[in-house]
Amino acid sequence: MSRTVERAIVEPERTVGALKTAKKGPQLYVRAERAAKGFNRTWLLAAAVVILFVASILLGSYTVTVPDFFTIVWAHLTGGEKIPGASFIVMENKLPRAIVGLLTGLAFGLSGALFQTMLRNPLASPDVIGISHGASASAVVAIVVFGASGATVSAAALLGALAVALLIYLISRGGNLRGSRGNAAGNRLVLAGVGIAAALGAVVNFLMTRADIRTAAEALIWLNGSLNPATWERIGTLLPALCVLLPLAAGLAKPLRLLELGDDTAAGLGVRVGAVRLGLVLTAVALAAVATAAAGPVSFVAFLAGPIARRVTGKPSLPASALTGAVIVLAADYFAYNLAPLLLDGTVLPVGVVTGALGAPFLLWLLATSNRKDA
Amino acid sequence: MARLSARDLTLQYEQRRVIEGLRTEIPEGKVTMIVGANGCGKSTLLRGLSRLLRPAAGAVTLDGKDIHSRPAKELARTLGLLPQQPTAPDGITVRDLVGRGRYPHQAFFRNWSHGDSSPHDLAVRNALDATATTELADRIVDELSGGQRQRVWIAMALAQETEVLLLDEPTTYLDLAHQVEVLDLVTDLNRRRGTTVAIVLHDLNLAARYADHVIAMKDGAVVAEGTGIDVITEELVRTVFGLESRVVPDPVSGTPLIVPIGRHHYPAPQATETTKPALEIAS
Repeated sequence: MSRTVERAIVEPERTVGALKTAKKGPQLYVRAERAAKGFNRTWLLAAAVVILFVASILLGSYTVTVPDFFTIVWAHLTGGEKIPGASFIVMENKLPRAIVGLLTGLAFGLSGALFQTMLRNPLASPDVIGISHGASASAVVAIVVFGASGATVSAAALLGALAVALLIYLISRGGNLRGSRGNAAGNRLVLAGVGIAAALGAVVNFLMTRADIRTAAEALIWLNGSLNPATWERIGTLLPALCVLLPLAAGLAKPLRLLELGDDTAAGLGVRVGAVRLGLVLTAVALAAVATAAAGPVSFVAFLAGPIARRVTGKPSLPASALTGAVIVLAADYFAYNLAPLLLDGTVLPVGVVTGALGAPFLLWLLATSNRKDA
Repeated sequence: MARLSARDLTLQYEQRRVIEGLRTEIPEGKVTMIVGANGCGKSTLLRGLSRLLRPAAGAVTLDGKDIHSRPAKELARTLGLLPQQPTAPDGITVRDLVGRGRYPHQAFFRNWSHGDSSPHDLAVRNALDATATTELADRIVDELSGGQRQRVWIAMALAQETEVLLLDEPTTYLDLAHQVEVLDLVTDLNRRRGTTVAIVLHDLNLAARYADHVIAMKDGAVVAEGTGIDVITEELVRTVFGLESRVVPDPVSGTPLIVPIGRHHYPAPQATETTKPALEIAS
C-alpha cells in the first residue's frame, strides 16, 4: 500500500489533492468511509430511538422531570411512597405506552425488512401482503361476532396473522417448485397477499356496518393501530415473544444474506433454502403478529422501515431497519398524542393514522422510482 | 476415476420427466463439457448433479456417497455451483459478494477473525487475484460490465474453494472475447488447482476446444461421451442437433471445429471469378 493511500485513510481532509493522483486511493477511501458510515449511522438511529423514548415519557401534555421519573419508578419497584397523580400517569400511561411503541416499532421494522430482503421485493412487507389485515380482520370478528375483549382479541389477532401467512405461503409455494429464477416466487406471494388483503378488507367493512356504534368504536382500534390500549399486560406478551424472535432473526441473518443471491446460488453454498425460508417466514410473521396483537396494524411501519434504514445507513441492514421502525412508531405517536391535539382541538389521533399519512406518499414515490429502475 | 457420478438418475419437475435412468460420470481433475440442443435436459442434469433437484429415482454420488445424504454445508465445501444468471443484491460490493462464497466454511454463530492472515480473507484475496478482479473489489456489482460481473461470480465460486465446480452456461450473454476469457479462467483453475470442472455450454466449438471430456445429451439421455475428438463428429451433430455440418480440425487447437450447413449459402461457391478478389485479399 502506498504511503499516499495510507495517509488518505488516516487523514482524509488533508490529502484530497493527493488522492487525485493516487490510483487506488479514492476506492479505498470510499470503502473505509462507507463501512464507517453504515456503522455510525446505525448508532445514530439507536440514539434517536433512546431520545424519542425518553421524550415520550418526560415531555408532552404532562411533563415529568428526570429526578421525579426515577423517584416514581423506584417507588413503584420498592413499594415506596408515590407521587400523587404523576405516579399513575407515568406508570400506567406514559411508560407502558413508550415501551409498547418501542417494541412494536422494532418488531414491525424487523419483520418488514425480513420479508423485503427474503423476497427481493420492497412491496413484500406484512402490511402490504395482508398479514396485518389477517390480524385485524380476525380481531374485528372476535370483537363484533363473539363479543371478545382484552387478551382474547390479541390472541385472535395473532391467529389471524398466522392463518393468512400460511395461506399466502401455500399459494405462492406452488410457483416455487420449478426452481425459481428471478423474482417469480416473490411476485406471486405479493399478488396473493394483496388479493387476500382486499378480501379481508371487505370482511371487515361488512362487519363494521353490522356492528353497533360502541362495538364498532372498539373495533376501530384494530383497523388503525393505536398505542392507547398499551398496558403492562400487553408488554407481558410482547416482550417474551421478542426475546425469542430477535435472536432467531439474528441467527437467520447470515443465510438470508445468501438467499439474496438467488435460491440456486444459496443452495450451492450449502444453505438449506427450504428450511431457512420457512424459518424466515415464521419469524417475520410472528414478529408482525405479536406487534399487531399489541398495538393493532400500525400501517406502513414495516413497509417503510427497511427502505428508510437503507437510505440512512447506505446499505440494507436488519438492525438498522428494526431501529428505524422504532423511530417511526415513537415519533408518529409523539406527534399523534402530544402535537395533534394542539392542532385538532384536542383530538388524540391513533398512531396508525399518522404513519398511514406518511406511508401512502412514500409508497407512491417508491413505486415511481423502482419502476424507473427496472425499465 | 470419477468423484461425481449419476446412477440410474431420474429427474423431473412436478409431473414432467426430463431425465430417466441416466448414468454418467464426471471424471476427476478434468474439464467436462455437457452439450446438447435446447431442452435436452443438460441444465437439468447439472441441477441434479449439484443437489438443486432431488432425484425421483436413482442417485448422484460424490466419492461414493449420495449427495442428498450429506449435510448441505459440508457438501458445499467440496461441491460448488455457479447457476445460470445469478442475481446480485442492489448495492453489493464485489468484495462482499465474493466473501459470501465463504459461507460453507464459517461456523453458524461464531464470528471469524478479520485479520489479513485469516484463511477467509486469504481465500477471498486469492479468488479476486485469480479472476483479475482485485481492482474492482470495492466497486458495486451492478455497475460492472457483463464480462467483469461474470468474473466476479466466478471469483465467488472460487472463494468457496471446492474440489468440484459445476457451471451452468457461464458464457451466456458475453461477447466472444469474454467467452474465451471465462473459459481460460476456468481452465487455469483446473490446471493449477486440479479442480474437477463440469460446464454446461451452448457453443459446441468452444466446448470442443476447452473440454478434456465431452458429454453429449439428447432428449434427457447421454448419446455419447469421451474426448472431444472421439465424440464430436458430423454424425453426432446430426443426431443431437439435427444439423448437417462439416467437422474439420480447428486450425488453432486441432480440436474438432463444427462448420454448420444451413439452407442458404450452400453449396459453397466454387473458386470462380466472383470469389477471386476475396482470395486475393486473404493472401
